[in-house]
This record gives sequence, C-alpha cells and structure tokens, in this order.
Amino acid sequence: MDSYLKYLSREAAFGRLGRREFLGRAAALGLTLPAATTLLSSSLLAAGPQKGGHLKLGLEGGASTDVLDPAKCTSQVCFVVMRNWGDTLIEAHPTSGEPVPALAESWEASPDAKVWTFKIRKGVQFHNGKEMTVDDVVATLKRHSDEASQSGALGIMKSVGEVKADGDSIVVSLPEGNADLPLLLSDYHLVIQPGGGVDDPNAGIGTGPYKVASFEPGVRITFEKNPNDWRSDRGYVDSVELVVINDATARTAALSSGQVHFINRVDPKTVDLLKRAPHIAIENTSARGHYVFIMHCDKEPFSNNDLRLALKYAMDRETMVEKILRGYGKVGNDFPINETYALFPRDIEQRSYDPDKAAFHFKKSGHSGSVLLRTSEVAFPGAVDAAVLYQESAKKAGIEIEIKREPGDGYWSNVWNAQPFCTSYWGGRPTQDQMYTTAYYSKADWNDTKFLRPDFDKLLLEARAELDQSKRESMYREMAIMVRDEGGLILPMFNDFINAVTNKVQGYVHDVGNDMSNGYIATRVWLTA
Amino acid sequence: MTADRGLPGAGIEQLEGMAAGPLGPPPANPPTAAAAGLAARPLGSWARFRHHMPLAALIVQRLGLSVVLLWAVSVVIFLGIEALPGDFAQTYLGQSATPQAVANIRAELGLDRPAVTRYVEWLGGALQFDFGKSWASGASVTQQIALRLGNTLFLAFWAALVSVPLAVGLGMLAVHYRNRLPDRLINVVSLGAISLPEFFVGYILILFIAVQGGWVTFPSTVYAGMSFGQRLEAIVLPGATLVLVVLAHMMRMTRAAILNVMSSAYIETAELKGLDTLRIIARHAAPNALAPIITVVALNLAYLVVGVVVVEVVFVYPGMGQYMVDAVTVRDMPVVQACGLIFAAVYILLNMTADILSILANPRLRHPR
Repeated sequence: MDSYLKYLSREAAFGRLGRREFLGRAAALGLTLPAATTLLSSSLLAAGPQKGGHLKLGLEGGASTDVLDPAKCTSQVCFVVMRNWGDTLIEAHPTSGEPVPALAESWEASPDAKVWTFKIRKGVQFHNGKEMTVDDVVATLKRHSDEASQSGALGIMKSVGEVKADGDSIVVSLPEGNADLPLLLSDYHLVIQPGGGVDDPNAGIGTGPYKVASFEPGVRITFEKNPNDWRSDRGYVDSVELVVINDATARTAALSSGQVHFINRVDPKTVDLLKRAPHIAIENTSARGHYVFIMHCDKEPFSNNDLRLALKYAMDRETMVEKILRGYGKVGNDFPINETYALFPRDIEQRSYDPDKAAFHFKKSGHSGSVLLRTSEVAFPGAVDAAVLYQESAKKAGIEIEIKREPGDGYWSNVWNAQPFCTSYWGGRPTQDQMYTTAYYSKADWNDTKFLRPDFDKLLLEARAELDQSKRESMYREMAIMVRDEGGLILPMFNDFINAVTNKVQGYVHDVGNDMSNGYIATRVWLTA
Repeated sequence: MTADRGLPGAGIEQLEGMAAGPLGPPPANPPTAAAAGLAARPLGSWARFRHHMPLAALIVQRLGLSVVLLWAVSVVIFLGIEALPGDFAQTYLGQSATPQAVANIRAELGLDRPAVTRYVEWLGGALQFDFGKSWASGASVTQQIALRLGNTLFLAFWAALVSVPLAVGLGMLAVHYRNRLPDRLINVVSLGAISLPEFFVGYILILFIAVQGGWVTFPSTVYAGMSFGQRLEAIVLPGATLVLVVLAHMMRMTRAAILNVMSSAYIETAELKGLDTLRIIARHAAPNALAPIITVVALNLAYLVVGVVVVEVVFVYPGMGQYMVDAVTVRDMPVVQACGLIFAAVYILLNMTADILSILANPRLRHPR
C-alpha cells in the first residue's frame, strides 16, 4: 500500500492525477482526508517548481482609469501588476506576517525605535539595465512622503520624518518610535523605481520577476520574464497575461472553460457549484478583513456599556459564518485582530451567542423599546441578510431590533461613521498597530465606533515604540480586551479570500497578508503540462 | 407597433408617425411641419434655397438642429456629473483622501473654480476637437476613444451585417407564410429572444458554446496585435447575442410594414394578375414599406453602438460603454463628456439618416405641397 501511495503522490505531483482523484484513491486505501491532503502537498512541493508556460489570470477590479504609477494604485488588478514588475524593500512572511528581507537585506533599529538603518541589496538590476542604488530607494520613499504625489501610502509615510542615504544603507528617522516600520515599508505602493519614479512614474520599470510587455488599462496586461531577476525562487512561468473580467459569471465561465488559470473574488453563493468541476480547485485563505456591526460609544443609547454587551451576546456568530460566508470565514471575537496578525493574543475567551446573558445585560441597561440598525447591500456582501439573521437571534434574547435599509449610494458618507448603529466592513492592515490606529485611536478620523479612551491611546502609543516582543504582546492583549468588552464593535466574522485555480496551477501560497497570495500569485505559482 | 393596420391610406401616415416617435425632440416634428415652420420666417435667401432644393435645405436644417442638440447634451452631461455626490478628487482618492490631497487635486485640475468657467473652457477645447486628458490616467482622451470606438464599431458592424439582412429576409418570409407554421415559428423564436434579457442570452451562449462546447474563445477580449481572424473569432459570441437581441424588433417591424401594404388595392391587383407572392412582396410591397423599416433599422443600429454596455461587461469586450462607465465611477468629466457626445452624435446621425432616407423613399414626402 505504501508504494502505491507513493506512486499516487508522484502521479499527482506531475499533474497526471487530479487532486480530487488522488484524494479519492487515497481514501479508498483507508487514508483520512487531512492525511491525504498533507501527503499530496508535501509530494507536490518535493517535485519542485516547473519552469515555463504562459499563465493567464482573470481578475476582477480593473478599470480603464488604472495606471502603472505605484503611488496611485488602488485596484486589485494594479496590485497584482505591481507585484509582478516591482519589489518593495521588505516583504511580509505569508503565514507569520513577520517582515522578511527583499530589496533591503537587513535592518536594525535604535533602542527607542526612532532611527532605523536598512542595508540595501547590491547587484540588483532594474528592467532598463541600470543597477539599483541607495539613491533610488531614498528618492522613492521621498516621493511617497510628498503630498503632491497623491500616494496611497501617504498615510504610512506621513509618520516618517527623514530618509537619507548612508553608504550602502538608508537611514530613516521617525519623530516617534515605531517598532513596525519594516512591515510598513512592505506596503505594496512602496515599489522601488529608478530615480524614485519622479521623472516617469508610469514607466513600469522595477526590479520584479516580470517586465511589463503591454498595458491596456482595464482590458489586458501582459508580462514577460525578467531574465536578470535577482531572485531564483520566484517567477517560474515564462509569460503572464492578465485579463480584466469584472463580471463574476464571466470570470467563472472563463475558468471553467480553461481560458484562464486563476480567478479572484469567487462569489460565496456559487463557490460550491464551482467546486464540483473536476479540474478546478478553490483556494481560500483566512484573512484579516471583517464584517462588522458598529455602535457609537458616545451616543445614546449605545453609551451604555450594558446595552453594548447585550447586543454583543445577542449575535449568533456561527450562523453568520455558515449563512453569510457559506463557511468561508471564521468567527470573530469583537476585537479587530485574528490569528493571522503577528503577536495575536491567543488566550482571550471566545464570545458566543448567549441569549440569557444578552437578556441580563439588556435589562441591566434599562433600555426600553427597540434598537435601530441601519444597513445596506453595499456595507458588505449579504449585509441585509446578516441584519435579518441578527434580528432573529436578538429576538430570542428579548431584544427587538428595527432594521432600516439605507440606499447604497451615499452609504459611506451619510450612514457609516455618522449614524450610531450600522453595518460595515474593514479590510485588514499589515500590523495590529495600524488596525488600532486607523479605527480605535481617539483622534482617528475613521474611529467609527467613537471609542474615546485615553488609557487605550496611551497603551497604543507605548506598544508602537516597544521593541520587546513579549511586552508588546501583553500590551496588545490588554488593548484587545478593552475593545472586546467595552468597545462599540460587534465583530461576528472574518471573511476568507476566495480564489479558484485550474489543476494546471501548482504551488499556490496561502498568504494572510492580502488577497491573491498577497498579490504575488503570478510570481509564486508554476504550471504543469 | 406590430399591429397590422388595415386602411392603406392611413397606413403610411400611421407608420410615419410611429417612425418619428422615438427619434428625440427635433425629428419628432413631422418633416413637413418643421419645414413649413422655417419657411414662414422672413428669410429671403433661405426660402429661395428651400424652394429650389428642398432636400438639401432639409439636410442643412437637420444638421443645424443636431449641433444644437449635441450642445444641449453636453450641458446635461455636465450638470449630471456636477449633481453626482462627491467630485473627482474625493472619489478618486477614496479611502486615502486627506483634505490636503483633495485640495491638491482640485487645484491641479482647476476644480476649485466655478462650474460655468470650467464648462466654457471645456467647450472651447471641444469645439477645436480637443477633448483634453483623462483626469484619472492622464492619457489623451481622443487616443483612448479612438481605440475603444474602433472596437465598438467593429462589433456593431458585424452584428449589423448579420442581423439586418436576416431580419428583413425573415420578415418577408413571415409575410409570405403569414399565419402559417413558418410565420408562427419565426415570431415565437424572435419574441423569445427579445424577451430574454441580453445578459441572460449571453450567459446561455457562454455556457453551451464556450464552456461546454469549447468551440470559441472566451472571454472575448480584443487587444492590440490581434489578427483580423482572431478578432472575428473573439466577437462571435457577443455578436450572436446582439443579433438575437435586435433581430426580433426589426423582423416584426418589417413584417408589420409589409403586411400593411399587402392589404392595399394595387397588391390585390398584382395578385389577381397571377404574380407569385414572393415576387409581389419583394418587388411591389417592400419598396412602399421602406420608410418604417429604415427607421427601425436605424434605431437598432444606434442601439448596437450606444446600448451594448451590458454585453460588453458579460463578454469582457473592451468597447466604449465600459470605458464610459469606468469614467463615470470616478467622475472623470473629460472622458464622460467625450463618450456622451459621441454616443449622442451616433444616435442623432443615424436617426437623421433614417429620416432623410424615409423621405427619399416616399415621393409624397419628397415633394411636400
């Protein structure tokens, strides 16, 4: 039996045996599914990446307004395009989220985390044949710190004081200490360009594994292999073609008919149908984005913490994950961090649906009558259904929730961050510090739960400059408990990224950082014949 | 619209009225009335010109009205974009909008100036065929549109080349076999095709022909460097969808118009003379039913150019509609204006052509008393 299993694994590794078929035959031999899956993936990796081939991606999120300028990249398509042609100084590890070297070889910080020195890799060539220099790096970072560049990374770069060259290194000085600076520099906008991209931001010239061969925004972008890539552990296919397919059905059809190898944003409602196709595999990755019900802690009646607790206990999280995400997600625990973040506090008790506790706190709050919840289909996919589910689970606790459906147009300006109780969503951030700073710091514009706590703010700033990881972890634990027990956030679920590939694609890396293997999809996978 | 009218005399006017119905404001006036209105004005040379060359006068007059209409369209588009919540700077920056960044973009594009000034400036450029640069991508609007418009016209041309002869032919066949099985079949199938929304027709074709059959490529993206044959193959499915969508309307109009004429006395005479039906339809009835057919064909041709955004999205075809929608999403005014004007121009031009051709085809309108 062992030799037969080995044979099966080998067949699967070379793509002669489908994944589903392998699992089926292995199960017939009495192997449990997880064991068979592990066996399959280890033999696939053992076979090693194959080089060559033409990879086709069918992606949602491109428009004719897209540009190659990394500063102005906002769409999903631009994100993948940039990962193909450019590199950042630092990358985030796909599973641990820790910073790993890229164009910066190594780095060190002063004890107060205010002065950082990054050693820049030597012998790296841009696509135009020029060697990358420290000056290029400095110019790039300076361009993104400039308001006039309209950079998407401006929010991050604003906290950076001064960037200067120092021999083989760059020295970054911050006005306030930030232990997360390396991770912040892994932001996808901060692609190193020759001369910082000041002269021609749209040139599309970088140090990445693929060169831009043609660029038709909103239609199709093609790439060819960069023969002088400084890394050998990526860029396995010869050429990449990216077709913009914004319609979900068209995307699915393109994948089913084998015209593309990979699609993003598979609709949870149809994912089970797609899964049935024998040559297609769903690649879903646990992620940091989450769907939320948010209450303003400073407005009646939500200024009462007992009412907030009652509403938190009235949420049936498992049902939400099952019905709204169709199982493609994880339950949340009323603080915006999950295990995909570095320094995640693991030992906080999971809050679960408890009508008795909800009724108890509701009574204690002294609130009478119903609670008004505003929602809209644009808040997150299935938000209106989620509101109705919540209404039902709250009713069992004796809490009456009134749902007001708001128009989608103007929801983000008139309802979100303006009305005291509504549905919304958050994308993830690279670090816990970024997440809390964006949405829970009392001075943040997007503090959408109006969580105004000086003690929380103080802890946040202390943790930011703390280089001792264990101390930092306990600070983040304390902050998480504050938000969970006293904040205005009801967080029922973290949603997965759902992508799909054909069985020709191997080596897909599940990356917690962002969708589509953190944008590195085309640089990490290889094709079997 | 498809009612088979009985009275031959009333028929022409009735159909003419129908034909003029959907043409938009200026052509909605029956041609004779509009001409009479202008003739009443004390314009000596114009009156003489009108008297000697009524048709040329009509064309000149229509062209003039079209320009006024285009101007009105540009004003409406401008006001429409102004009325949308959020300006370009805000929507473009989205979540990363800081007040400083918004102010920078506004200053750079001159959005901080009054709306009237901006409109007049844009109009000045447009009058010299300079549509400016896209605010979002900085690329030249004219250049981008040339690409996209080419794609749209390519698809529309082939769809029209198949659908117009097919519709007219089927319409004649339906008249020939009126109220018999082939007529009923043609009617039911074409009604079925027109009743299904076009995205649904598209999805059905994709499912059976592209996914399960694997006979044609999908998505139908066309791009620079594709050969003519590859392009033709790419547009098979969107073209077929468009044909199915526009076929029924033209076919039923043809059928109705010819049936209308078929009840007139001279056709009866032809029948009594012993001519065969197909010949009567093609030689004697169809020429007299031309006006409404031309109108409905023109309307559908216009639709093939301006109304296909759904088909473009479903088949991932990079045409003008998709380009305009992308631009509206970020309030990219120069692009929206240019696209809007081109769409309006196509629509007006095709309708005008239809009007003029209908007049040419009808001696009574050609020589108004």
